[in-house]
Amino acid sequence: MANVLVVAELLEGKARKTTLCAVTAAKQIAEGTGGSFDILSIGEGAGASADELSGYGAGKVLKAEIAGGYICEKYAATVAEAGKGYDILVACASAYGKDLLPRVAEKLNAGVASDISSVNIDGGKLSYTRPMYAGNVSGTLEITTDKQVVTVRQSEFDAAEASGGASPTEDIAIQSDPAADKVEFLGVEVVKSERPELTDADVVVSGGRALKSAENFANIIEPLVDALGAAMGASRAACDAGYVPAELQVGQTGKVVAPKLYIAIGISGAIQHLAGMKGSKTIVAINKDKEAPIAQVADYFLVADLFDVVPALTDAVKKL
Amino acid sequence: MKILVSIKRVADPDNASKLKVSADGTSVTSEGLEWKMNPFDDWSLEAALRLTENAAERNARVGEVVLVSIGPNDEHTQRIIREGLAKGAERGILVEADEGSLDAGVVSAILKAIVDKESPDLVVMGKQAADGDSNVAGTKLAERLGWPIINSAMKIVTADDGKTLDVKRELDTGVATVKVTGPAVLTTSDRILHPESVKNGVTPDDHQYAKLEVGGRYASLKGIMQAKKKPIDQMSIGDLGVDATKSLNYTKFELPPARSGETTFVEDAADLVDKLHNTAKVI
Repeated sequence: MANVLVVAELLEGKARKTTLCAVTAAKQIAEGTGGSFDILSIGEGAGASADELSGYGAGKVLKAEIAGGYICEKYAATVAEAGKGYDILVACASAYGKDLLPRVAEKLNAGVASDISSVNIDGGKLSYTRPMYAGNVSGTLEITTDKQVVTVRQSEFDAAEASGGASPTEDIAIQSDPAADKVEFLGVEVVKSERPELTDADVVVSGGRALKSAENFANIIEPLVDALGAAMGASRAACDAGYVPAELQVGQTGKVVAPKLYIAIGISGAIQHLAGMKGSKTIVAINKDKEAPIAQVADYFLVADLFDVVPALTDAVKKL
Repeated sequence: MKILVSIKRVADPDNASKLKVSADGTSVTSEGLEWKMNPFDDWSLEAALRLTENAAERNARVGEVVLVSIGPNDEHTQRIIREGLAKGAERGILVEADEGSLDAGVVSAILKAIVDKESPDLVVMGKQAADGDSNVAGTKLAERLGWPIINSAMKIVTADDGKTLDVKRELDTGVATVKVTGPAVLTTSDRILHPESVKNGVTPDDHQYAKLEVGGRYASLKGIMQAKKKPIDQMSIGDLGVDATKSLNYTKFELPPARSGETTFVEDAADLVDKLHNTAKVI
């Protein structure tokens, strides 16, 4: 019987959807082992977010209001103290979860199963499966420490649906950590977009180095993105060249996406890029080179000059 | 400034699709693949070298970079340490360990012992290894040391030899800026290879590093010659007095199923839209 604590991720005072993916994993563990799950809302706006998170069937929602920007050392001791009452801590393997949870784990002498794609329960025994080697091998592991810390891959766990009811909420004490005095938060630039979030979109349109400029991204890719109501992504090369911001990077070191439709435009398909998108349901490649490695994963391949064909594609989509 | 950089050997990440799993599923075999320096460590080494040199004076060294690699004590691990030494690091340490005996917890315990011996001002390491892809060891190390962790640093600026650092780090949703008082553990993002990503107060602020596309700098011929004479200390986990109890136990490895179906080549934009709308029904 495993009792699970979900560590919520807040952005500008609201729970990110990543939190709900972690809730789904926590429910699987709790239901599979006959345990229960609670949620910890921590950060600026933790109180209001706790109210919102009380509708997902948790035993209770703990809240720890911490003002100011997120710093790992400001949160970890409080999460660890709360975690002492649980067997397993779960968060999403977002940049936040991967930053915070290992520090919490070390405070609890716990092993970390990072970025898991599934929870396996066999006769009450828990194991986790996770992609390794840029998604080319999947490994199944058990955590052998008393407490377990797990981060879950967002694209592999659907967001939990609100289940009605209202879990009780409870304030917990903030714990201090001397390491927090060594880091001063100076600011954050949050990239705003009207488009769906990359990790949450049904359709993703990504561009690569072949776009050649930020202007071409704006003039060629963005109209197609908007015609499809899609999220925009990019290869590492396109992000590195400054055509689009780094937050749009899809791949081993960027976002992992698994939309219904992924359209790769002018992306050759380096193994590091495939790692971030090969779980997509339908994959389209538009590339001049039909031998490009993207062909290994493409369901549909349009061999063409993107500058000719993408505007035509945008027009055809608009006529649907 | 003295910086410890951990470097791991990994099976050639650009050919990871050629990996195989043993018949009983208990191990990953990388036969036929070359051992390479983990690319994420290579980026971190680049950052550490920039922090400890005057780039305007032919990359004259003004600090010390110590490399540590944990792995089998063989020609491959030694070659990867020499590669880092040839790029400019001063010394190497090889902690002998069977790969199967390691996990992020054990690695962080070993690195803690090395930090205790070496007392660096910073540890700069890859945010993940291209084999395990965990992103855990750096943060666990920071907690063991009671130091701050700054993950995914894309810009590092110091004017006081690393005592304090202004760091920009990548988030899912943007970029955060923090001021860190060392000693600290940093991991780096892809963007740390940019021409203006590191300012160390010694190299003139307007200096532009050459644009690096994929990895850190190449070793010069002189660097390669010098590296042959640089020391690599060899030690065992036992020598360090580290508790090497693992917290993770991998029971099975599998190759993920290949994507089903063939690639359909389409004629033009209209044909593509027709297939996506009427056959795949995704738009």
